[in-house]
Amino acid sequence: MIATARLVAGKDLRIEWRSRVLLWQVVPFGVMALVLSGLALGPTRAGHSSAGPGLFYLVVLLVTLLAINRSQAIERTPGTRASVATLGLDPGGVFLGKALALAVELWVIGAVLLAGTVLFLHTALSGSLEAVPSLVLTLAALAAAGTLYGALTGEGAAPTTLLPVLALPGFAPLLIAGERSFSAALAGGSPWEWWVITLVALVAYLAVGVLLYGVLEES
Amino acid sequence: MTAPPVAELEEAVVLTGGFPVLAGVTLRLEPATLTVIVGANGAGKTSLLRLLGGLDPLSRGRGVVAGVDLAHGDRRVLRRRVGWLGHEGSFYDDLSVEENLHFACRALNRPFTDVAPALARVGLAERSRTTTRRLSAGQRRRLALAWLLVRRPEIWLLDEPYASLDDAGRALLDELLVDVVAAGATVVASAHDPLRTTQTRRTLTLAGGRVVAAS
Amino acid sequence: MKLLAQRLLGPVTLVSMALTIWLGLVVTPPDKVQGNLARLVYVHPAVAWVALYLSFGTATIASVLYLWPRTRSATADRVAHSAMEVSLVFIALTLITGSIWGRPTWGVWWAWDARLTSTAILGLLAVGYLALRRANDDPELRAKRSAVFAVLSAINVPIIHFSVLWWKTLHQGATVFTANRTLLIHGIMAWTLLISFVAFSLAYCWLLRARYRLEVARETLGARAIDDALAARVLEGRS
Repeated sequence: MIATARLVAGKDLRIEWRSRVLLWQVVPFGVMALVLSGLALGPTRAGHSSAGPGLFYLVVLLVTLLAINRSQAIERTPGTRASVATLGLDPGGVFLGKALALAVELWVIGAVLLAGTVLFLHTALSGSLEAVPSLVLTLAALAAAGTLYGALTGEGAAPTTLLPVLALPGFAPLLIAGERSFSAALAGGSPWEWWVITLVALVAYLAVGVLLYGVLEES
Repeated sequence: MTAPPVAELEEAVVLTGGFPVLAGVTLRLEPATLTVIVGANGAGKTSLLRLLGGLDPLSRGRGVVAGVDLAHGDRRVLRRRVGWLGHEGSFYDDLSVEENLHFACRALNRPFTDVAPALARVGLAERSRTTTRRLSAGQRRRLALAWLLVRRPEIWLLDEPYASLDDAGRALLDELLVDVVAAGATVVASAHDPLRTTQTRRTLTLAGGRVVAAS
Repeated sequence: MKLLAQRLLGPVTLVSMALTIWLGLVVTPPDKVQGNLARLVYVHPAVAWVALYLSFGTATIASVLYLWPRTRSATADRVAHSAMEVSLVFIALTLITGSIWGRPTWGVWWAWDARLTSTAILGLLAVGYLALRRANDDPELRAKRSAVFAVLSAINVPIIHFSVLWWKTLHQGATVFTANRTLLIHGIMAWTLLISFVAFSLAYCWLLRARYRLEVARETLGARAIDDALAARVLEGRS
């Protein structure tokens, strides 16, 4: 399973390295969404609002949806699916590999967006850096969850529009935990409750993914 | 004593969204043979190949392929033993020719040294570092054949294998099929028009999701 | 015995519902503080119980049974689908009655109350489940995917619950909602409350059964359509 995970993660990351879809399409979208957030707050509040962490995570969720769609689109062409199916890869390994690759991609995008939040929404640099560990964990949970929700939408009608309906309710606790941790870091604290929420979600999604990804693939 | 058949279908029905793409197919495939499936568009050729490869579930009837029961068995076991050549291309577009084959090698625990001879055989040795997206339709076909050579499956399922191949490509494929069958593999290929290969073969004609003639 | 229970389900539901209405609207007294509004206690908790526990629970258990290879059956899939659909109706009712109850206290129709918020998210999970079912034509594929999604949703329920609860309570500053909603319940009011739970649970069973039978009927029609399509397909081959 681990060998398959490494193989699949390596393949996904290599495809991103070659195509640069996330770099040229998803990152600019995220940065623009941050600028729009500032514009939506209005001229008097754009630079000094306590909404910074929340808006950051809202943008992260939107970007995550695009990244999940991209991760699934790689596998979705019918010929690729049939050929890869005949390789007989371990489904748990495929899930872990795709989730790992997505996590790495989200970590990179998250770093850019965090810098953007410091720049545009004026969140304090030191507090923002203190929020990095919780961000890393939250993005890992989003990647595990996203890989599952992405696989759920596959092959059905209109997968790209179905994805947000399935994923966003499940993402809500991660948004809350992320935003609260970020806000707490800015205020100089780090409440353990939010780590529990994110960790439980991460472990649950990983367990369900390893156990049930095969059910989604075989159909 | 005769060897058991590679595949045996009895009144096999495959439904896709309520539509019977296969409406009761009965057939028997012997090992180390070449079978050609002919029929009009929508006759069910691709669906039959997908059923034989364990890629689509059996809705009604019975079927056993490579010892795996299509209705109740683990189709994943079957899939590992088949090689598939579809008409949409069979790989990751953003990876190079060589990277696609390396991916297959690593998935199957085959050495990378299998890749160069396979590429040479299909005439893509010069293109090994080209991104798959940049290949022409015919070159993609050749890459798909190289993928199968690396795979060395027991059952070859080829969906319209001659499509978009030039004369040299067709000759190459004919030659390849002779070798593959001689080596003991079972080949099933679909085609609009009868194959030009001189090799001994059985031809099944599909119409309306059923076998209507065999020769 | 089973047949008798099935026959009696409808009438018993109607009688217990009528009894709840009569006791709740006529017999029990209005509350000292909240007046007639307090009568929602005979509707809202029972509806919420059906929405959040009974029907969501049924859908989850049926989905787990479907995913477990030994208990996999079309029945489990149908029960899960029917229960989730009924759940969505009851979640909507929970939100509406909760909103009506909260309006005089909060001054707005929607407050960021922890229970209200997590119920709304749960409702969107149920919507997602039904959207997923609509997006897949193939019965086996649809059953497997929706069962996985139902299990994921069930795991998410406590995570959503605690995250929203802590989100609401773990921040500095006054809480918006401090009014004491618990009512002094005794005597006839307690009985009415109990009967309301029985009535709405029965109504749930009745709806579930009706929805299940509808699904069976639809599948029978579908199977007939498939037979027709098969016959037509075979003819296509002969012409």
